[in-house]
Amino acid sequence: MTAQPIAPAPDTDFDDAAFVAAAGGDWSDVADEIVRLKEERVAINMGPQHPSTHGVLRLILELDGETVTETRVGIGYLHSGIEKTMEFRTWTQGTALTTRMDYVASMCNELTYVLAVEKLLGLTDEIPERAVTIRVLIAELTRVASHLIAVGTGGNELGGTTLMTVGFREREEILRFFEMVTGQRMNNAYMRIGGVSQDLPPDALAFLRGAYPRILRGVGDLEDLLMKNPIYRGRLVGNAYLDLTGCIALGITGPMLRATGLPFDVRRAIPYCGYETFEFDVITETTSDAWGRFMVRMREIRESMRIVAQCIERLEGTPGPVMVADGHVAWPSQLSIGPDGQGQSPEHVREVLSGSMESLIHHFKLVTEGFRVPAGQVFVQTEHPKGTQGVHAVSDGGTHPYRLHVREASFNNLQATAALCDGGTVSDVIIGLASIDPVLGGVDR
Amino acid sequence: MADGIEGKAPSFMLGSVAKLVGALRAGSTWPVTMGLACCAIEMMAAGTARFDLSRFGMEVFRASPRQADLMIVSGRLSHKMAPVVRRVYDQMADPKWVLSMGACACTGGVFNNYAIVQGCDHVVPVDIYLPGCPPRPEMLIHAILELHQQIKAEPLGPDRAKVARAVEQAALNALAPGETARPVQLNGAPV
Ligand code: SF4
Repeated sequence: MTAQPIAPAPDTDFDDAAFVAAAGGDWSDVADEIVRLKEERVAINMGPQHPSTHGVLRLILELDGETVTETRVGIGYLHSGIEKTMEFRTWTQGTALTTRMDYVASMCNELTYVLAVEKLLGLTDEIPERAVTIRVLIAELTRVASHLIAVGTGGNELGGTTLMTVGFREREEILRFFEMVTGQRMNNAYMRIGGVSQDLPPDALAFLRGAYPRILRGVGDLEDLLMKNPIYRGRLVGNAYLDLTGCIALGITGPMLRATGLPFDVRRAIPYCGYETFEFDVITETTSDAWGRFMVRMREIRESMRIVAQCIERLEGTPGPVMVADGHVAWPSQLSIGPDGQGQSPEHVREVLSGSMESLIHHFKLVTEGFRVPAGQVFVQTEHPKGTQGVHAVSDGGTHPYRLHVREASFNNLQATAALCDGGTVSDVIIGLASIDPVLGGVDR
Repeated sequence: MADGIEGKAPSFMLGSVAKLVGALRAGSTWPVTMGLACCAIEMMAAGTARFDLSRFGMEVFRASPRQADLMIVSGRLSHKMAPVVRRVYDQMADPKWVLSMGACACTGGVFNNYAIVQGCDHVVPVDIYLPGCPPRPEMLIHAILELHQQIKAEPLGPDRAKVARAVEQAALNALAPGETARPVQLNGAPV
């Protein structure tokens, strides 16, 4: 918009009040201006510090009145150099970095990463059953937590803070369980190459059994708040539409794709971690709009909880190690809670130090230098709460990744922003974005 | 500040006024929504029912920096984001405070690399550091309460300006490890 000098208010002739002077010009001037500006556009800049852009996303919107004519997405404000940093860390340390990519679904990132490295090592079939089941349990709970945040913050961005508080309340239940098991609320780095970092504590499953109905009750609350709210419905139904063709063309996966009616779920399509043995339905909706996406998420939470229940059953009957037997890979640690917090258990340290010198040297080398991974490359994909997540890992036979690339679903899904928002109003941009549910940590990495 | 009425009041009076103002300021410290990364999720969690930041008069996260007193730098700060954070800080009205939340904001954390600013104190003056990755919401609340103590004890008027100048001078004179003397420069010329 070109700067327009403000016309001085004309001398008002009170005797013959033919026109009304308004600040900034006469009404007819304003009308003329609108005609003249028809060719021009207003560009507004949303973010990167904006409470509704789901993190540090920047949107550049061109407006024609209230209508968005063009949406451009600026990313990179959270670029943390994770992929590059991983090339300078051992394979085991990689989990601590992958967990910080999509921080809302930390342990799903870790899962994809460890599956990729295990495939490179040829260990995929040797992971103990208990470890695999724990992984599934944790991944599904992570999915529930992630979807709760997606729905909760989505609601918050539309102005319904209650949705957020309810979503976070149920997430807390899950985080308490995570904290019990992993020692951290977020960024857990719980998955280890070859298994998981430690077994579930003895009372964890009982705790989860107790929390299970509470989580479901909260999900019910959220469903009531979401599905029965006429305002929410009114704003979401038919909004931010993207059909199957569009989704396929843009490489969209996850709840967004399933909201168009295509039952594509990596857990069913290319099963991993024994998902083929679990009973669950792939949720689809056919509305292809923001409403459908939120519905898919809400219903997926219930499916994930079904899987969680099956995991609890199985874990109660599956004793056993949670780390591969292969001493070249198995991480030699045993954590316990001491007076100063979590750390190596004193018994384990004593055992290591009182064993043979060779074992101590092996232990030392494994921890400081890491194990070698045969040269080669793999691509592994899993169903992340945001969509299909893939890890492309390349090894040159060393103790560090040669290159590690992550296909983050959030990044690909974010491509749809323009398709969802163009032609809508400014307020609907928020809805489009919330229905994609990108996490900028995952987008920028 | 020094030009206001506080500049003219006798100092014994200023003492009681400072106490009152400190208590008022500490009781209504409104944070600006400055979510960056994982830590921001814990910051949001601190505002929700289980932790309930509103008990301390600060549930209102202000979207506009003009209405906020406290900036919680919650998470890793990339070089691309740094100017934005500085601008938000500059837009906040005085008096203002900065809380550096998380290992990344304090030191760069695990991201010792080309992309992340190794501590947000390179960009904004930090009043209180909160380590952890991510710090629990309870820790955030604790840090905020500590900051409240600082705010309450903060001097007012000409005293405040004096303290600020002293802090700035100390920072200018601080030596890097191994350095023995540093010429203080202002606008490129030695002073
Ligand atoms: S300190 Fe940890 S939790 Fe916070 S932003 Fe950095 S990596 Fe994320």
